[in-house]
Amino acid sequence: MMLAGATLALIVCLVLALLRAALGPTVFDRLQAANTIGTASMMLLALFGFLNGRPEFLDLAITYGLLNIIGVIAVLKFFRQGDLGATGAGGAASAGDEPK
Amino acid sequence: MSVIVDLLSGLLLLAGAVFSLIGAWGLLRMPDFYTRVHAASVLETLGAGFILLGLMLQAGLTLVTGKLLMIGLLIYFASPTASHALARAAMVRGIKPLLAKSGDPSSKP
Repeated sequence: MMLAGATLALIVCLVLALLRAALGPTVFDRLQAANTIGTASMMLLALFGFLNGRPEFLDLAITYGLLNIIGVIAVLKFFRQGDLGATGAGGAASAGDEPK
Repeated sequence: MSVIVDLLSGLLLLAGAVFSLIGAWGLLRMPDFYTRVHAASVLETLGAGFILLGLMLQAGLTLVTGKLLMIGLLIYFASPTASHALARAAMVRGIKPLLAKSGDPSSKP
């Protein structure tokens, strides 16, 4: 019973974070919303697996978590330096620029 | 015994759901980027932690608990790193935190 309740609560969380991602004034708000959506969907996958009696969904949740952290860091680096292959030197000097 | 474990697991899941809702509502409602990061951290630490603990109690001592533990470790190391990187990138970009106005007593904390 509580499994279904927590699943519903997490679906509401996903909708709220999606609204923030659509509204967010800066790119960082959208990235934070994307990070939150990733974490909430990990929990949703775990709960859904337990709800159906198939905890194998946890492997998918682990994969979602790894993709989530890599995605956030990669998009942040792109927006800071405008280049995914930058070495990091001189990143602060060009931090005010929009990505090319 | 099983009833107690089920009850405890239900309570932990309820706490996780409530904290997740508080975090997501704060993410939508807070006025400023840095406060939004703070609100989203509630979802990523307390909400996810309580839900994982509740699921661990339901699973018992099996491989599933090990996988849940791995997910917990991943979240506990990765999400503060992502929050720190986000806040630092926003600071470098020049986004100012929202402060109280000096002449307006109603906006003081």
